[in-house]
Amino acid sequence: MTTKTMALLGWIDDRFPLTKMWKEHLSEYYAPKNFNFWYFFGSLALLVLVMQILSGIFLTINYKPDANLAFGSVEYIMRDVHWGWFIRYMHSTGASAFFIVVYLHMYRGLIYGSYRKPRELIWIIGVFIYLALMAEAFMGYLLPWGQMSYWGAQVIVNLFSAIPYIGNELSVWIRGDFVISDATLNRFFAFHVIAVPLVLIMLVVAHILALHEVGSNNPDGVEIKKNKGPDGIPLDGIPFHPYYTVKDVMGVVVFFFFFFAVVFFTPEMHGFFMEAANFEPANPLKTPQHIAPLWYFTPFYAMLRAVPPMFNSQFPGVIVMGAAIVVLFFLPWLDRSPVKSIRYKGAISKIAIVILVIAFAVLAYLGMQPPSPLKTNIARIATVLYFAYFLLMPWYSKIDKTKPVPERVTH
Amino acid sequence: MNKKLLIALLMCFPLFAHASEEGSENLMKADVNLENKNSLRNGAKLFVNYCMSCHSAKYMRYIHVARDLGLTDKQMQKNLILVSDFSDDEKPQGVDKKVGALMTVAMTEKEGKKWFGNPPPDLTLVARVRGADWLYTYLNSFYLDPSRPTGANNALFHNVGMPDVLWELHGLRKLKESKTKGSDAEAMEKASFEQVTQGKMTEAEYHKATNDLVNFLVYLGEPVKMERQRVGLLVMFYLVIFFIFAYLLKKEYWKDVH
Repeated sequence: MTTKTMALLGWIDDRFPLTKMWKEHLSEYYAPKNFNFWYFFGSLALLVLVMQILSGIFLTINYKPDANLAFGSVEYIMRDVHWGWFIRYMHSTGASAFFIVVYLHMYRGLIYGSYRKPRELIWIIGVFIYLALMAEAFMGYLLPWGQMSYWGAQVIVNLFSAIPYIGNELSVWIRGDFVISDATLNRFFAFHVIAVPLVLIMLVVAHILALHEVGSNNPDGVEIKKNKGPDGIPLDGIPFHPYYTVKDVMGVVVFFFFFFAVVFFTPEMHGFFMEAANFEPANPLKTPQHIAPLWYFTPFYAMLRAVPPMFNSQFPGVIVMGAAIVVLFFLPWLDRSPVKSIRYKGAISKIAIVILVIAFAVLAYLGMQPPSPLKTNIARIATVLYFAYFLLMPWYSKIDKTKPVPERVTH
Repeated sequence: MNKKLLIALLMCFPLFAHASEEGSENLMKADVNLENKNSLRNGAKLFVNYCMSCHSAKYMRYIHVARDLGLTDKQMQKNLILVSDFSDDEKPQGVDKKVGALMTVAMTEKEGKKWFGNPPPDLTLVARVRGADWLYTYLNSFYLDPSRPTGANNALFHNVGMPDVLWELHGLRKLKESKTKGSDAEAMEKASFEQVTQGKMTEAEYHKATNDLVNFLVYLGEPVKMERQRVGLLVMFYLVIFFIFAYLLKKEYWKDVH
């Protein structure tokens, strides 16, 4: 660096911890050197968040949150705005991509025990991010004001009316009307565009700060801070920048390859990312034959439908659906295994995670399908298996045989 | 092992997609080719002549159709803009539409509801809602039915409000078997027709005409489709090149990590 830029940097550093932050979070943040494939998805989630915010800003420039104009304004973006179609497809594909990378990121946490002491808070903040993301996606889906936007929102908001005593009032309060209407569209726009994104960004900052406080876990589940060199640097640690920045750039390119393949060649992704019925403007008088949420909500939707109504109320189903998320918060204290990583856990834990993945995938599939008695029964079994993974963990993780954990990370 | 599991899961996606389209196997197959400009132009001609008496394409502008189908503004104005602009209250007779205008129609929703029971839907996005095969089958499924107010019914869309506007092209025909209950696709399987009078077109000509019309509707649903695929190839190519450099850069840096 030239003396002039050094001088400028010094001037800033006297007033703002720029160099200090750069060192703390990048050039002198020591990450384990044995990160594998699964460790790409954290930085990819951050990338998708930035892409969603940027493409979202461009969309709001031309979008109109008005029940009479919303649908037309989206088509205006698709046809009359230069490259509007590209921005719109990036945003719609980005929503699904966000959930794909977040689900894979969460799976990574599950298999390598990244939620365990001392990283409980990172996990909990992460679950809050997941919740905020669901709210963000749900409210964003109303904005194109298509048939599925409208009826999907109608179904989900009606869930709140299943809550005893306060339900009806609550759902009216959420909608701002007795049915989904212009009032709902306007407030969902406000939440989607500013309220929830702000919460998301703050949570993501907290997630990363908490991570950098305790340090990253790794596929071996070994604490690299236990083995430090004479310089105080973990022996198995390497600076995040440049090692993981260059590695993540590679991951980003591969991710972009898949992402843009969808954006340019199959933006509807056979109805998974954009539903055909949503190309029809919202019509409060015409209920679609089959209302299904987008794929990332279908596991929970399947759980909701799997629980039979009790006392003429859908409330038990709503409870089960809510519990499926709430149980995640307790995960750090449910796992009693002496080891963190699946690599050193025994057969029971390995079978358990496979069952969880299958149950979740089966629920996701069933949530897309019209219900039938057989499918409902399968959904019930899958729901029980999903909960069993978490609720039985204190027992099976304790009795499960483990392998000895190495002193240092394996490369 | 985990990677294999992931790949296996990802490979299930098309399987699900196929499952979600069940019931479409009884539909006639439309031959959609957006590169066939002659087909698109013929489809546009049929669309403005037969469909746009009642149906609008109000999210689309004539000028985009002109540009994408390789027509000059003049050709467009002369041949394809048949609807006048009634938006100016001072000129109740209407004025010629400009080429930049949206493809709206004069019929209001209220009038449409009064005359047909349901207002004729806007057709800009109909191909994205229904799919090309459905539309192609629909246009080939009208038959005589004296019990209907318009004298015509549709084997795919039972008791549809729309009259058989293309009758003069395909001629009048009766339904052979009248088992048209059940779901739409099921009904189609059983439907076969008996020609009563000849139309202006032979059956093959009519199939081609309706296929052109469907082709145009697919274009209308997403005018940018060809463009995005063209750009997409360049982006994919760029990313492959980028990956080589990203990989080499990573390899160079990671040389000293042991």
